[in-house]
Amino acid sequence: MKPVNTIKLELESRSVNESFARATVAAFAAQLDPNVEEISDIKTAVSEAVTNCIVHAYPDCVGKIYIYAAIYENGKFKVKIKDKGKGIEDVEKAMEPLYTTLGGERAGLGFAVMESFCDKIKVKSKPGKGTTVTLEKIFSGRSATDDRS
Amino acid sequence: MSINITSTPMRLTIALSGEIDHHNAAALRLEADDAIQSSLASNIRIDFGDVTFMDSSGIGFVLGRYRIAESCGANVEVINLSGRLYTMMKLAGLEKLVTLKTK
Repeated sequence: MKPVNTIKLELESRSVNESFARATVAAFAAQLDPNVEEISDIKTAVSEAVTNCIVHAYPDCVGKIYIYAAIYENGKFKVKIKDKGKGIEDVEKAMEPLYTTLGGERAGLGFAVMESFCDKIKVKSKPGKGTTVTLEKIFSGRSATDDRS
Repeated sequence: MSINITSTPMRLTIALSGEIDHHNAAALRLEADDAIQSSLASNIRIDFGDVTFMDSSGIGFVLGRYRIAESCGANVEVINLSGRLYTMMKLAGLEKLVTLKTK
């Protein structure tokens, strides 16, 4: 299915950009007329994915984070968060709640939060190459079928 | 994002407001820990009433403060949680460590 609208963002993996990333994706998702809860869901999930890029993908350097978001006709919203960082050795293990390689203040809940706030999550990763997280959510509001030229 | 700390002999209250993410949790942490470690209060209350956004960094924040409070012999109470934040903290199993109270 072809999206009715898309955006592409490229940002540096600086923690100060976390709020910019989630706010921007949420502002784009607003075209689907989501309710407050749905917007918070997207914001939270994007915040987790972007934080992962910053703390895990590029732990010792500033790299690029690529965000691609798409709106589909049936109210479906898709966000892809991609990095070219160090990748994940064991994706299944990384997605286990409370599992973290960092300890300290990281709760190990990033993926668990993304899973609970989205309808679908896909994680593709290659050590040394990078990681792509795809989040999907169906919004209950009006569908994006009206004219948006 | 801001933090406001008030104390009585029995209780230290840490009131948070705004958005809590990985970026700004670091600054919150420093200030909160200073206060907890120099306080003699046996109850640490973290007030989330004015928090407008939180990701899992907020859970890390509570966990970290719980560990420090515990080592100082104090208990932790998290208050004024929205339904959403309460659900997230329960997802993390925080209710086994601290008292969670909704708005």
